Amino acid sequence: MEMPAPNPAVLALKPRLVARLQEVLAPDAVIHDEAETRAYECDALTAYRCPPLCAVLPSTTQQVSDVLRICHEMGVPVVPRGSGTSLAGGALPTADSVILGVARMNDVLEVDYDNRFVRVQSGRTNLSVTGAVEADGFFYAPDPSSQLACAISGNIAMNSGGAHCLKYGVTTNNLLGVTLVLMDGTVLELGGAHMDAPGLDFLGVICGSEGQLGVVTEATLRILPKPEGARPVLMGYDSNEVAGQVVSDIIKAGVLPVAIEFMDRPCIRATEAFAKAGYPDCEALLIVEVEGSADEIDEQLALITAIARRHNPVELREAADEEQARRIWLGRKSAFGAMGQINDYMCLDGTIPVSQLPYVLRRIGEMSKDYGLGVGNVFHAGDGNMHPLILFDANKPGDLELCEAFGADILRLCVEVGGCLTGEHGVGIEKRDLMVDQFAPDDLDIQMAVKDVFDPKWLLNPAKVFPLAASEPRRQAQIAAE
Amino acid sequence: MHPTSEADLAEAIATAKGALRIQGGATRDIGAPVIGTPLSTQAMDGIVEYEPGALTLVARAGTPLAQIEAALAAEGQRLPFEPMDHRPVLGTTGTPTIGGVVAANVSGPRRVQVGACRDFLLGARFVDGAGRVLKNGGRVMKNVTGYDLVKLMAGSFGTLGVITEVSFKVLPIPETQVTLAFSGHDPARAVVTMAAALSSPFEVSGAAWVQGQTLLRLEGMERSVAYRVGALAQRLQPFGQADHIQGTAANTLWQTIRDAGALVGCETLWRVSLKPSDAPAFLAAVDPEQQLKCQIDWGGGLIWLGAQTAENAANTHARLRAEIATLGGHVTMLKAPTALRTSLAVFQPEPPATAALARALRHRFDPKAILNPGLMG
Repeated sequence: MEMPAPNPAVLALKPRLVARLQEVLAPDAVIHDEAETRAYECDALTAYRCPPLCAVLPSTTQQVSDVLRICHEMGVPVVPRGSGTSLAGGALPTADSVILGVARMNDVLEVDYDNRFVRVQSGRTNLSVTGAVEADGFFYAPDPSSQLACAISGNIAMNSGGAHCLKYGVTTNNLLGVTLVLMDGTVLELGGAHMDAPGLDFLGVICGSEGQLGVVTEATLRILPKPEGARPVLMGYDSNEVAGQVVSDIIKAGVLPVAIEFMDRPCIRATEAFAKAGYPDCEALLIVEVEGSADEIDEQLALITAIARRHNPVELREAADEEQARRIWLGRKSAFGAMGQINDYMCLDGTIPVSQLPYVLRRIGEMSKDYGLGVGNVFHAGDGNMHPLILFDANKPGDLELCEAFGADILRLCVEVGGCLTGEHGVGIEKRDLMVDQFAPDDLDIQMAVKDVFDPKWLLNPAKVFPLAASEPRRQAQIAAE
Repeated sequence: MHPTSEADLAEAIATAKGALRIQGGATRDIGAPVIGTPLSTQAMDGIVEYEPGALTLVARAGTPLAQIEAALAAEGQRLPFEPMDHRPVLGTTGTPTIGGVVAANVSGPRRVQVGACRDFLLGARFVDGAGRVLKNGGRVMKNVTGYDLVKLMAGSFGTLGVITEVSFKVLPIPETQVTLAFSGHDPARAVVTMAAALSSPFEVSGAAWVQGQTLLRLEGMERSVAYRVGALAQRLQPFGQADHIQGTAANTLWQTIRDAGALVGCETLWRVSLKPSDAPAFLAAVDPEQQLKCQIDWGGGLIWLGAQTAENAANTHARLRAEIATLGGHVTMLKAPTALRTSLAVFQPEPPATAALARALRHRFDPKAILNPGLMG
């Protein structure tokens, strides 16, 4: 993946920049020593690394505003960073950029049960938002797999989803308001404890803009009363087609599970060897979870298992208690770790129309043979969000490039069947150059026009989201104008 | 103008010499009056694709809403956000279109549980003010590919582009519904009751107050609803004994609430969006004598206020805006005589920095300033 060459004029500014940043931040909040900046050289897309010019760790919205104003005045790019768990390289620095980390901003500012929201600083981790309200019977719904570590700021930047969004929606559906700092230091309040935007829905645009339009320092999040209970059922099938049909039939039957997860044979085998969850050795495995009171769960599961039976499952296992429920989820939750035990892997994130599932899985299988790289599939089947895991050997020359080419082909296939490049991870640098497969030049131009409005100098999170061929001329024109 | 295709529409906009009044079925005459050549999307109609097993539907903007609702109902599904019909309360005629629903981001009582129109909108195609045919989003449920301009189009009232096609996530129609009705409630008691209900795990899908009654809707499978009705009534005992309303009566009731039925006939009408628990204090401050007609929805988060005549409307308007400024939220003057909608800000004025962004964005989407110019202020 190509990154733009660092601007030598900006590199030369380092001493002056560090001095100015030190004027507005605590001494330990400006990290400029070369050994220490290495800690910020990559996110969870570890194949790409580049230490930043320096990193700052502000504690308040005012400090974020000060940092951005200084960088804006000096023409220095800024890469916002939450917890650095992006799988798409969303927080990858350039050598001439300042990393703005919100990790020190993790307070709960307000909890309001009557109106069912919490307001937090954006560096707070996803799981600890729920942690702040669960003793009182509430939770924050979006649940990305990295929820123990990932920050709300990153969730907002990427519009993160999770396993339970079939019922509860993704980040954008659970975000009521933000405090946003623009690149020139202007602080805006968008949305709040009320529902719906008064004018244009800027909140909706900010969510998912990958930190390119502004830095979110505080967020008002919708919280929900916890359901009385939840119970999963596991079903195994001999073919992906049949499993796909079961998913469709469940949805058509009018019951809405909170989650429908799908794993294919390579993934089941790897997981079984690693976690020993007792999964059947079959072609396709589904985990369907429903919520409610004990009675409601019985009623929904009766309907779901009746549908499952009609399609001759090789296994159908309803959790009778907490322990069995845990075991059903154990394999799914360890899937990524299990695959990582066998090999290096790259995790993709395309979404497809649910009806295309069997066809896409078959094509991925064929491509896997052509490329000579193994692939396991684990995904959120209810909403068509796939996570193919391509296995490769990072120590074998050329394997990463081969893996990336395979991944790109899978994502193009997702687009071809009516889906998209990324369902919940974001574009980052990873899928940047594939944007032309999903969007026509004008479609990209209108998105970049939004960037022009929020960040006219194109300083925020450079070289992400848009193909360099499209974005670099815009950015370079701004640099030349300086 | 009645373009029949995206290409026709693009041509019409690219060659337009002056302002265009963009409309779907022209049933939602909301915003500052716009003088321009009428441009209707009604001739671009039809359901493009509907996959019940994937819970997704794609339709052209001019498709009548009724046609979409009928197609969904035939498969036991619906638009979850329960779009209101503005005709009764605005006194308009015509056929509501799906494009109009999106352009005005129209949601109904279920918004409090599942979200607004914009939350179910998966993708949009539109023609911008330069005549370019553009798309954003798609037809799959999870999509974070590029900036989310789909949300931006929802509620932009045709000022950023003319929507030509939209795709939605839809949901199953539940087996049954029961409404708990508490009588003799004032707004304060109603909002507390609704907060208690919405904070329970019993999945309340409608929480409204109208004519002294607090109404709480529960939907789902038969046994599940029976259980939740019992459990919720039990929990809400301190707020009184609840009657049960079900079947057709319940359907009619929520349709009336959805369409702000209590305010039909009002000559002036406001829609107030605020933090739910602020609703009683807001009402006490702006209308202590209870001169205005009022309906509360979304657990307190949406207040409808109406006056029979337009007399004193400017004063009332100023009072509502002053009060909301202290609480947070926004007030839209949804209906008023043309002169008032011209002289007063129909939409809540935004802080300068936000307003500047909006202006700059409009300029990029509509460089000739011809798409419903001035409608949103």
